[in-house]
Amino acid sequence: MSDARAAILGRLRTIRTAAAPTLPDWSVTVPEPDRLKSFRERLEASHAEVHASTSADWPTLLADRLKARGNERGAAGGSTKVLFAPGTDRGRQLADAWAGQTDLHLVAYDQPVETLKDVLVHGVDAAVTETRGGIAETGTLILWPSSKEPRLMSLLPPLHVALVRANEIFGTLTEAMTAQKWSGGMPTNALLISGPSKTADIEQTLAYGVHGPKELMVIVLES
Amino acid sequence: MIPIPDKPDTVYFFGTCLIDLFYPEAGLAGIDLLQRQGIRVVYPQGQSCCAQPARNCGFAEDARAVARNQLRHFPKPWPIVVPSGSCAGMMREHYPELFAGEPDEAEARAFADRVFELTWFLVHVCKIAVHDQGAPVRVTFHGSCHSQREMGVRDEPKQLLRDLSNVTFVELARPAECCGFGGTFSVRLPEVSGAMVADKVADIAETGAAEVLSGDCGCLLNISGAMAKNGSPVRARHIAEFLKERCYGK
Amino acid sequence: MASNLATAEGAVSTAPDFAARASVALKDAGLRRKFRRAMDGLMTKRAAQFPDADAWTSLRARGSAIRRRSLARLPELLEQLDTRCRANGIQVHWAETSADADRIIQGILTDHGVRTVIKGKSMVSEEIHLNDFLARHQISAVESDLGEFVIQLAHETPSHIIMPCIHKSREDVAALFHSQIPDQAYTDDVDALTATARRVLREQFASADAGLSGVNFAVAETGTLCLVENEGNGRLSTTLPPLHIAVMGLEKVVERLEDVPPLLTLLTRSATGQPITTYVNFISGPRRQGEQDGPHEVHLVLLDNGRTRIFGDSQLRETLACIRCGACMNHCPVYTRVGGHAYDAVYPGPIGKILTPQINGMETAGDLPHASSLCGACGEVCPVSIPIPNLLVRLRGEAAHRDPASTVKGNGARHSSLEDLTWRGWRLMYSIPLAYRLGTRLLTLVGNAMPASLPMLKNWTSVRTKPQFARQPLNVLVRSRGIDHE
Repeated sequence: MSDARAAILGRLRTIRTAAAPTLPDWSVTVPEPDRLKSFRERLEASHAEVHASTSADWPTLLADRLKARGNERGAAGGSTKVLFAPGTDRGRQLADAWAGQTDLHLVAYDQPVETLKDVLVHGVDAAVTETRGGIAETGTLILWPSSKEPRLMSLLPPLHVALVRANEIFGTLTEAMTAQKWSGGMPTNALLISGPSKTADIEQTLAYGVHGPKELMVIVLES
Repeated sequence: MIPIPDKPDTVYFFGTCLIDLFYPEAGLAGIDLLQRQGIRVVYPQGQSCCAQPARNCGFAEDARAVARNQLRHFPKPWPIVVPSGSCAGMMREHYPELFAGEPDEAEARAFADRVFELTWFLVHVCKIAVHDQGAPVRVTFHGSCHSQREMGVRDEPKQLLRDLSNVTFVELARPAECCGFGGTFSVRLPEVSGAMVADKVADIAETGAAEVLSGDCGCLLNISGAMAKNGSPVRARHIAEFLKERCYGK
Repeated sequence: MASNLATAEGAVSTAPDFAARASVALKDAGLRRKFRRAMDGLMTKRAAQFPDADAWTSLRARGSAIRRRSLARLPELLEQLDTRCRANGIQVHWAETSADADRIIQGILTDHGVRTVIKGKSMVSEEIHLNDFLARHQISAVESDLGEFVIQLAHETPSHIIMPCIHKSREDVAALFHSQIPDQAYTDDVDALTATARRVLREQFASADAGLSGVNFAVAETGTLCLVENEGNGRLSTTLPPLHIAVMGLEKVVERLEDVPPLLTLLTRSATGQPITTYVNFISGPRRQGEQDGPHEVHLVLLDNGRTRIFGDSQLRETLACIRCGACMNHCPVYTRVGGHAYDAVYPGPIGKILTPQINGMETAGDLPHASSLCGACGEVCPVSIPIPNLLVRLRGEAAHRDPASTVKGNGARHSSLEDLTWRGWRLMYSIPLAYRLGTRLLTLVGNAMPASLPMLKNWTSVRTKPQFARQPLNVLVRSRGIDHE
């Protein structure tokens, strides 16, 4: 195997190549005043639901939205089970805010997936995650999963709820990468999410919720 | 965009082998249009073919031998005007590569820089003003792939047609789609080529045009041949012939 | 209906050459309608993403330069990628041939006792015929991308590199699901079919022992694998199972993380007309201490399979700039009319016509470079400026001429003495002015008497009337009109 490496690199090195070209200038921007609007419009065009709220109010807004959905769908008895990250600030805030809720039941993702697999795959209706900001140009969420907020949260449940700070919406991916110094250290898995899961493989007809969440709800925290 | 030269006193005319054999009247019309712009036109008798057929089939050596004949017969530094975007593209875009590393590379590059497609030359260099003397007619235009993609000729011929007051110009539904000629492609893969030209002929029919014009005789041979085989009444001509007739009569 | 189409597909792929396969495909009106409609849609979507010519030019220039830098520095970047990945905990394997890659992957799976591997979309895994190889070793590979899932059920190969079952109608898929999936009633409702696929594959994700993926871009700077998708199956197959194997062509490496945004946007806009895909996944290692999910092991297999050979030719090296967007085939008038299976290759369309002969050799694929009218639509839309028409011409030459100095696999395999002679004859007539003038005179005098049954003429006249030679060639007429001839 290391023989293969030596052979391949050896062959490549014997070939003379022209000097690597310099990169021509290229930059795209989204002016600051337009960012929130662009972010919201792009997400809505991709079939995501976007709500405005504040750092203090979002747990109430979310509770109201989930209960309204439950009513709309004639919930088949039992509460809405919401996966959350108890080790994060937002997770703790949510647990406190929903302490008295009876129709909404919080499920902690604080054990390995091997232990929680059934619950994660079949047993939760939604998950709430933070984000590391957003991108206006494409209507994109930046997720930076960690030991406290595991990566399957934004993937397995049929509804993903994401919290974004309005002042953390960058114009472009390049701006976000630079401002947040991504090249200084990448997590195990960094994610860009721009809508609910979809496909157009069958007759180029759009269908949602193929494998990832069928629904994405974004709550923009304006203060 | 190819840099626009000043209007010269004299130009060379490169007839192209297809015009030589099949559409000489288009060649004469092209020369006439240039002469009426006050330009002296010189047609070197030694010219033959741009060598595209051999080059496209991967026979670079044979292509170079024939291309050299053209380098030899257009010695003065005059523009070389070509009534074909495809042949013009071969000479302007591909002669430099064909002659890369050859002893006469510099000569080939200098030659290539002097090559211009006819309608582009009439519009940008001559700033031709057309005055229509013909009866009302509805026409459409098919631009060859190489005139569009290699010589950047997209709107020039259509603008000339729109400027003719008694001509109704109708655009094709798929003006940038290949007609299926592709030189030897038309005989190597006749069924695929046939499917492509059938679609082009149907597109032309949809426009309701009485005539289809083109700046390229390969496309014309292909399209007119397919239309004739289907008994279509649509006439196919080179745009130079059409322009000359509309502006100056037969 | 479904069985007729299956026969047509089978007949297309087994015919001996492109012309024969194209002939079969052209007779399938349903296929032609589907492809025309699909390609029109993709072309329109792409055009809508590049409304500004200057913006396109500037973005394309950046992306093209990034890919050329990757190729100019390929060995150093691969070394850097290897080092960084391993520092991140990713195990890196190098495979010279397609068989080596199969064995390496099978070895890893067998070591871990894997019986079922779930796959995200990977064209490279098709290139190495991985599924069949694994099946022979009692390992089942389940496709999770909806399009790949459909064709796997149908026992077919993909007909497009981005949309694998583009040749199937919803009725085709409905019939397939009804006959192949237990307890699946017939329905051609796309949402219902999608829900079925979700249900069936969800179990597979949860129970699979391993996941396999491709790689869109591998960043040398940070040892990061970048994957794009819309469905979520790529994320699922690289997160749920305890083992993740990523396989990539070695040309996919890029220098820096900041190179990803321009390439990403070029890829998604060119491929499906999206400014970005639903998910962009940056994987930089296996599950770390304290993390609750993610695979315990991540392996990266770097595949050569002829790429270093292609790299050896400075012109043909351009083939390796490809980011697999599929825009070339979406715009190709030949591909639109015959569909992907007519190419009988993993990679169809224009990129397939230049890549396949170089990987598989001119013996089997030497006719592919001729499956083109050289219209240039592909080169015009290629986001990384691969001069596809020029490479097609170059490969035509390689097929026709045996050259000991050439590194192209099977060069000269399509050599024909008759063709040589024809071009020699043509050259004589066209390079000698006297011969040309005499020849054109002769043709105008007797050319129209040539019977339509002559070999080349026969092919022409199958579709068109015989071309009419003029009474006198232009070179004679200009003399008689007194036009200056210096």
